[in-house]
Amino acid sequence: MRSDLEMIDEWVQPNIRVLDLACGPGELLHHLIQNKQVNGYGLEIGHEDLNTCIAKGIPVLEQNIDEGLQNFDDQSFDLVLMTHALQQFRRPDLLIDEMLRIGKECIITFPNFGHWRSRLHLALKGRMPVSDFLPYNWYDTPNIHFFTFQDFERLCREKDIKVLRWAAVDGQLKDHWWIRSMPNLFSETAIFHISR
Amino acid sequence: MPDVIPADSVGIVTPQIAQFDTPLALSCGQTLSSYQLIYETYGTLNQSASNAILICHALSGDHHAAGYHAMSDTKPGWWDTAIGPGKAIDTDKFFVIALNNLGGCSGSTGPTSTNPETGQRWEASFPIVTVEDWVESQARLADLLGIQTFAAIVGGSLGGMQVLEWSIRFPTRLKSAVIVASAPKLSTQNIAFNEVARQSIRRDPDFFDGNYINNNSVPTNGLGLARMLGHITYLSDDAMGAKFGRQMRHDSYQYNYGIEFEVESYLRYQGEAFTKRFDANTYMLMTKALDYFDPAAQTNGDLSAVLSRAQCEFLLVSFTTDWRFSPERSEEIVNALVKAGKSVSYAKIEATEGHDAFLFPIPRYMTALNTFLTRIASNLTTEVK
Repeated sequence: MRSDLEMIDEWVQPNIRVLDLACGPGELLHHLIQNKQVNGYGLEIGHEDLNTCIAKGIPVLEQNIDEGLQNFDDQSFDLVLMTHALQQFRRPDLLIDEMLRIGKECIITFPNFGHWRSRLHLALKGRMPVSDFLPYNWYDTPNIHFFTFQDFERLCREKDIKVLRWAAVDGQLKDHWWIRSMPNLFSETAIFHISR
Repeated sequence: MPDVIPADSVGIVTPQIAQFDTPLALSCGQTLSSYQLIYETYGTLNQSASNAILICHALSGDHHAAGYHAMSDTKPGWWDTAIGPGKAIDTDKFFVIALNNLGGCSGSTGPTSTNPETGQRWEASFPIVTVEDWVESQARLADLLGIQTFAAIVGGSLGGMQVLEWSIRFPTRLKSAVIVASAPKLSTQNIAFNEVARQSIRRDPDFFDGNYINNNSVPTNGLGLARMLGHITYLSDDAMGAKFGRQMRHDSYQYNYGIEFEVESYLRYQGEAFTKRFDANTYMLMTKALDYFDPAAQTNGDLSAVLSRAQCEFLLVSFTTDWRFSPERSEEIVNALVKAGKSVSYAKIEATEGHDAFLFPIPRYMTALNTFLTRIASNLTTEVK
């Protein structure tokens, strides 16, 4: 399992209700169902990913998140998750509102565009960075919003969202003291645990 | 067809009849003192009787779901696209049972059968049966076949409603439920379509208040009209457009009420063909069963409350161009199951065929069905109970 997912695992209480938005092939959800006995559902639109989830016995619903989440009641989940997908949706700010409406708590991970290598790439080459984590060209990328660790923190402040805890990791998904001290510059992946 | 039975066909099948002499109390208040159900099976029941799948049929369905009755058959059973060795409902793994519901006209006790108490055909006096009655009678058939728990119960449209009812009424008797292109209850528009269909039958002068056989008559015009109407609702506008467009019979308009457009000819053919194989009273009964179905009524409209009884895993499937039972109707069931904390997966399949899509071998649909059932098969107990 990806170690950002391992980190999330440590933060998740057993036996809770979890909704995993854009769950992909259901790696995290499968782990949480098996080891934390959570009652979990994934939302996904990728056909292969859906099928992988069905094959593993992970409850998965085909639903386009950009078309809304109105079908889920207020505070009907203990935890709403979204790993490495927030940057792919039309209005991340409104989506976070929705996630906090549906879930008592949320965990969101995203690629930090403020990482020094991204900055350097753009500064020196004048072109959008292509990396292992964001291996797309600007025109074919599913990632339509680029934001930084700081941008996300600022959005939380503006919206009065509580940051319960955060973590910041490098490309090998390890956390180091220097990443912790300057997450906006050194983290490649940011992990936020938030609530209202 | 077939010169040779295809390798993925269940082959030649022979229907069987089960006789029941324990009275069945129906929802309408009447009791059937005895009745029979006609059914077919495909595949082999394992020693622990854990690999059975029940197929519930839709409005005009019957027990002949797969394979051929004879080499001279022009068509296989109605769901041959999904049932067979290596197919989505794999008869190498499962023992599949398909039956004709009570009130049907293909061999199960229904309006065309003889009422043992009068020695006359039931016709209009056959009591109205409901989805609940069907499920009860299906459970008795399962008892007779020695099946305590189904690996899966599967159905599309009205068949899906029976699956839903199974999950609520007999929660411990199924491991999984597959509900395709269905709804938790009919919409007002659905009921309205059914009423027009029934009225077209009732107003046919050959209907004789439902006692047409005893009057040596058949309400072919009314039944054909009802089917034409139904048929339109099973297809999508796109599918009909692609198939017929405004194709015409003649080079120019005839300015009369004969057949001008190919779609008119098609509908008339479908209507007429249906009257040769289906009974008008059965059509009336089945549409009524659709109208009445509403399991959430017992919990004041709260579907998740009634579904909280369910214990099985669910797979729901809908089709994008289905407007008779649109994806939103399947999603009502999905949302209620999520609210109730049940295990459910849902696939919304891109399809051009409208409601009828559930009978087509659409690859993504068949893959989802097969993936789900393969996992169910891998978890089956094989030891003898």
